[in-house]
Amino acid sequence: MYAYDQYDQAIVDARVAEFRDQTARRLAGQLTEAQFRPLRLMNGLYLQLHAYMLRVAVPYGTLSGRQMRMLAHIARKYDRDYGHFTTRQNIQYNWIKLSDAPDILADLASVEMHAIQTSGNCIRNISSDQYAGVAADEVADPRPLAELLRQWSSFHPEFSYLPRKFKIAVIATREDRAAMRLHDIGIELVKKDGVIGARVFVGGGMGRTPMIAPEIRDFVPFEEVVSYLEACLRVYNRHGRRDNKYKARIKILVHEMGKEEYTRQVEEEFLQMKALGIDPPIAELERIAAHFAPPAYKQGLSDEIDRSDPDFALWVDTQVKPHKQPGYAIVNISLKPVGGIPGDASSAQIDLIADLAERYSFDELRVTHAQNIVLAHVKKADLHAVWTALDEAGLGAANLDLIGDIIACPGLDYCSLANARSIPVAQKIQARFADAGRQKDLGELKLKISGCINACGHHHAGNIGILGVDRKGVENYQLLLGGSGADDVALGQITGPGFDEDGIVDAVEKATQVYLDNREAGERFVDTYRRIGMKPFKDVLYA
Amino acid sequence: MNILTANDLATGDVIWWTGNGWSRHVEDAVDVGEKGTEIAQAEVAARRANEAYVLEAAIVDGTVRPAHIKERIRALGPTVRLDLSLKPADPGIGNWVI
Repeated sequence: MYAYDQYDQAIVDARVAEFRDQTARRLAGQLTEAQFRPLRLMNGLYLQLHAYMLRVAVPYGTLSGRQMRMLAHIARKYDRDYGHFTTRQNIQYNWIKLSDAPDILADLASVEMHAIQTSGNCIRNISSDQYAGVAADEVADPRPLAELLRQWSSFHPEFSYLPRKFKIAVIATREDRAAMRLHDIGIELVKKDGVIGARVFVGGGMGRTPMIAPEIRDFVPFEEVVSYLEACLRVYNRHGRRDNKYKARIKILVHEMGKEEYTRQVEEEFLQMKALGIDPPIAELERIAAHFAPPAYKQGLSDEIDRSDPDFALWVDTQVKPHKQPGYAIVNISLKPVGGIPGDASSAQIDLIADLAERYSFDELRVTHAQNIVLAHVKKADLHAVWTALDEAGLGAANLDLIGDIIACPGLDYCSLANARSIPVAQKIQARFADAGRQKDLGELKLKISGCINACGHHHAGNIGILGVDRKGVENYQLLLGGSGADDVALGQITGPGFDEDGIVDAVEKATQVYLDNREAGERFVDTYRRIGMKPFKDVLYA
Repeated sequence: MNILTANDLATGDVIWWTGNGWSRHVEDAVDVGEKGTEIAQAEVAARRANEAYVLEAAIVDGTVRPAHIKERIRALGPTVRLDLSLKPADPGIGNWVI
């Protein structure tokens, strides 16, 4: 994985010193909150429902064991012994003291981490595929480009005050595990005539106006991607609306300007940009790529797995995915135990995962946008030992991509923007479908819950989506069906009037029953929905 | 009744105006009538509070209860982690919020 050079470290260290000074001035009364707020937000420090909340950047979701241990240390020393892994592959702490924040940032800097650009109208953390570098069908490893874009976008002077926040995802397989087309810019690395380049999609997003990003370029040579994105951002920066927060995202610009006109302006700008020579030299691309060289896999390992323990076999069937290297597997660690809080992990669990990454996965792990953790390189012979350790720590749930693997935003329990609680609804649904056999029978079913229209819980992209709203001071939940954040990307449709907290759990169960009653061989929930449409579901939901 | 809330500047803790200072317990909050904004401005200026604002509440069963669920969650803590709430030993406290 990438290691900071002297420039990276100097930049981050300088930012820590700067924020320490700013915090001292705020506490001494030399800065007002109006002056200080944008400064703390630039360092990921929000003021949330109960306290300050710190969002720490995890570039493209990748962490070393040492970094993971630091996240556990911060949870233990400065917070309430846990952290919350987010749908942006980051981690948040909910109980931070302002007076501690500079020390936390210093601790993060000591392991090449920071909270820069995890808030504000700038380019946020670059997200990517949690199976990067190990997926058998990828055309290239997307992480070198993600890292290049991290460096390009960090403190970019022209893009520090965009009309609105800006999110970029990079993938390199046809199978989309990063909700790529629901980002402001989505990049899919492709191979054309033996050359690697990028398909570029612009103008996707969720929130109050969900949109699927249209493709604006089918191929940009790899070495010109930075220039091309610079052109995309420049056109947005020039024309994006700054007069209306709700119309400021690039998706609105692309929609209102039209894809063709937006693309025309980008191409025009791109011609100008290419002449400026801002693309990194090949040597720099190679320097970055060298950090992502495959680890020293052992050769000739067996692919046999002893499945005599039925609980272990269930976990293997659900949580373990094929690796491109014979003898190895990808392990998905569920942060969705029944009764738990999606994405939460205690400091002890975070430490344990760090241990397992160091011992069994070449000292590397990934945070997924579905709020789980991946150990990307585990020997099949070690799977039982990994599962045993996880299970003892309450991390042995077998529910990947099943109805129990719920994405949920923090909702009204933590978030000052939320209108309704998300987590209790997730817990009730998990409890209703706790039986492993029942979940397995339902098959792939991605359920996503947001506590407000900002859609941090990706409800638009859920096969079943739930949106919490405030109806005259009472929590109410709308149900959506048919969404997908994968390569069959689609936006969910609202079924009709909303439900109360218990009613929404019943409604989910009824929707699954309609699926079971109508599915044909091999059909997932979303396949059946697409074939039979909304009406059979509405007929049952509102009978 | 109108009560005044804010966050402690240094810790971020949720705090409530008691008439002569701030408390972390909503039951200590007092009716500020029409003077909430004036008090808020003075307290923020003095750096004793951050992001202060007025909200509606009522006396229910002899104690102050904010009108909106969001403020009740602020007052208590997350409903999904009552062990982290201000009253972790009170099994009925969740009902006060909902």
